[in-house]
Amino acid sequence: MTLSGTDSGGLAPHVSERFAMRHRNAGYKLGRNTSHRRALLRNLVTSILLEDRVVTTVTKAKAARPHVEKLITLGKRGDVHARRQALAYLLTDDAVKRLFETVAPRYGDRQGGYLRIVRTGFQKGDGAEKAFIELLGAEKLLDEKRSKRAEARQKRREEMEKAMAEQTPAEGESEK
Amino acid sequence: MPNPKRRHSKARTSKRRAHDALSATGLSECPNCHERKLPHRVCAKCGHYKGREVLETKEA
Repeated sequence: MTLSGTDSGGLAPHVSERFAMRHRNAGYKLGRNTSHRRALLRNLVTSILLEDRVVTTVTKAKAARPHVEKLITLGKRGDVHARRQALAYLLTDDAVKRLFETVAPRYGDRQGGYLRIVRTGFQKGDGAEKAFIELLGAEKLLDEKRSKRAEARQKRREEMEKAMAEQTPAEGESEK
Repeated sequence: MPNPKRRHSKARTSKRRAHDALSATGLSECPNCHERKLPHRVCAKCGHYKGREVLETKEA
């Protein structure tokens, strides 16, 4: 199994297609050279496995999807060799651990299609279409994560308002 | 140097441009907040898509 940049990776080609040329199988180049693209995708895939959801452009999401799917397949195999293969692609040990212990077991009876790409809008600046890519079955975790983040934000805001309220009268006195 | 032989009339210009009209964006209605939204995309107003998925709650 290869996880290189532009390979579109048909897994088991149909017999009649076995010797077909790879016309129209170019994949995504993302305007980068091979090493840059490979690094970008490894980063993106690692993040997806660690965070369950990543906001990116539609094209990058589509480019990353097959790589994540192949890694989840490795995760389902679960043996030492599969683990080493995943380790060779992912950037952190934590991501490999999460893949094998948390992510892959979710998809026991599912044969691919582990990810969802949802278009969300357009980027300011270059107008690129944005999307998030998320692992199926992570919705609950993501909702919890979001509510926790909202709570933290609320707390921080209250503290800031308090600090500002304390500061303003003091500044008023110093001006006098 | 080659040069235009005749004046280019307004009629000629507007006839050329007769087919240049922009078409309206196909919009669908958000089933949650009934705002017009782009199809197959998260609603920008309420952050809903396919029933669930409250993504960004932009209004606090």
